[in-house]
Amino acid sequence: MTAKLPPGLQLEKVDERIMTLNVGPQHPGSGHMRLIIQVDGDRIVACDPDPGYVHRGEEKMAEYRNYITNIPHLERPVIHDSCNILYPYCLGVEELLGTEVTERAKYVRVISAELNRIVYTLYWLAIYGIFLGHSTMFMWPAGDREFAIDLLEKLTGARVTHAYFVPGGVRNDLPANFEDVCLRQINYLEKRLKAYADIFYDNPILISRTEKTGILSREDAIRLGTTGTVLRASGVDFDIRVKEPYDVYDELDVHTNVLKNGDSYDRSKTPWLDILESCNIIRQALEKMPKSGKVRAKLKPNPKGGDDEVFKRVESGRGSLGTYIVSRSKPEPYRLKMSVGSFRNLICMPHLLKGEKLGNMPAVYWSLNYWPVEADR
Amino acid sequence: MSDTDSSKQPETETKPVVEEQDNLPKFEKEQSNRITEKFGSKTEIAFVKPDRIRVNVKKEDILEVASFIRDEMNYDHAESVTGVDFPDDKEIEVVYHLGSYTDPKLSRQVLSLATRAPREENPNPGNDSTKLHSLREVFYSVEFHERECFEMLGVFFEGHPDNRRLLLPEDWADIPPLRKDFAIKGR
Repeated sequence: MTAKLPPGLQLEKVDERIMTLNVGPQHPGSGHMRLIIQVDGDRIVACDPDPGYVHRGEEKMAEYRNYITNIPHLERPVIHDSCNILYPYCLGVEELLGTEVTERAKYVRVISAELNRIVYTLYWLAIYGIFLGHSTMFMWPAGDREFAIDLLEKLTGARVTHAYFVPGGVRNDLPANFEDVCLRQINYLEKRLKAYADIFYDNPILISRTEKTGILSREDAIRLGTTGTVLRASGVDFDIRVKEPYDVYDELDVHTNVLKNGDSYDRSKTPWLDILESCNIIRQALEKMPKSGKVRAKLKPNPKGGDDEVFKRVESGRGSLGTYIVSRSKPEPYRLKMSVGSFRNLICMPHLLKGEKLGNMPAVYWSLNYWPVEADR
Repeated sequence: MSDTDSSKQPETETKPVVEEQDNLPKFEKEQSNRITEKFGSKTEIAFVKPDRIRVNVKKEDILEVASFIRDEMNYDHAESVTGVDFPDDKEIEVVYHLGSYTDPKLSRQVLSLATRAPREENPNPGNDSTKLHSLREVFYSVEFHERECFEMLGVFFEGHPDNRRLLLPEDWADIPPLRKDFAIKGR
């Protein structure tokens, strides 16, 4: 019977008590992915994530474009975090070409990357709020996010897809008066974040829904190779900005937020702590940044890398983001691989949802800080 | 303009070469020496750069070397698994990027463990000679990465519990798309 099926399809026998549910890909609670969930009554007995509905073939496309024309399409997997997703690519290409980045450009990069992290994390927080039925928590971050977006629009010219990082620095210098506006927005945002805590994180209803659900132990977090907020919520002190500082992160005082319990509550609180930390980093960077200087090194037209390979990683809003570039003395990369946090954290989903109540599924699923488009690439 | 340009370019080109010769990364050298001491000619150290080591092994030895790297060298998770197609060599390379959360000394390090599988002109994923041993028993975190590598390059991982499609549609009937002979239309 199975021999007649087309390749890739298979039949399976299921217990009579077990019901199979497809959550997604059109379900609003799943994002652009499908979770095949088997339930026994109200309990999830098995979960099989099926991503790939927004697969864009970024890695294949990169093999046909040169190092500069690759920039705009490589940021598409996470348009809200586009500075961070281009960061390892630019670091990698700089190493391949031997380009030096100026001090001011490094600071501008750090500031825009942290602003982008705030934009992404607020967006994630808005979604997390609405899926727990807390519509105020959808409105507030979605509104406050606009201030950070306005800043980035002033800086880069686009609201979300910035294409701001280029190998050798950034595309343009800071606009006039950027530092003052940025500081003002950061101060405002910090005040607002305290209010988020009052209405959301200290809310007994949220705590009762998320505490002690989907517990990921420290050992499992390491064994499954999770990254970012998921890893740090399980008590592992690992942030690439601190452990393997790139650009000027070693000159800044970056605090790693680590929580102990590894449940959905801790996983949802770590990104919020990260926004506060980002505000802190931006303030330091604005202070230490050289007040003038070039922000973009000159590259040769159509630059070629040698017969070499490079693996660079940065800390994005969703964890470690690595780019592996294999170069074979051509203007295009021979192979480009993006190792993204969402894809690495995907493996937690069957692990955490097994044995959980079906009603807790959104609370666990969205706490993983998962971005389907990034996982598919 | 042209004068300043020509004076700048030689600087950037010569700099990396001088740096590599001057200060060989000590810690990384020690790490790679441990592997060569243990396995000798079975492994080949492709390069030692600051924070990055690459070890090439034959496909028969990958499980043994990976177990040593986990148990003796404290690498505990995979950052990514990349398949690279080399049609000229008639081989497909699979590169495991390994990192460590538990050992603070290794937190900067990424160790690349690479091996090669034979490549066939007319692939039949899962039923041809393009096979490697799965590292899932050693590094649990490679599970989804290896599934992706299987569908995108047609490298079957023996011993992997779940060799199904992950990102591609179920009815995909073309050759694995990240192979070099799969061309994008119009390019």
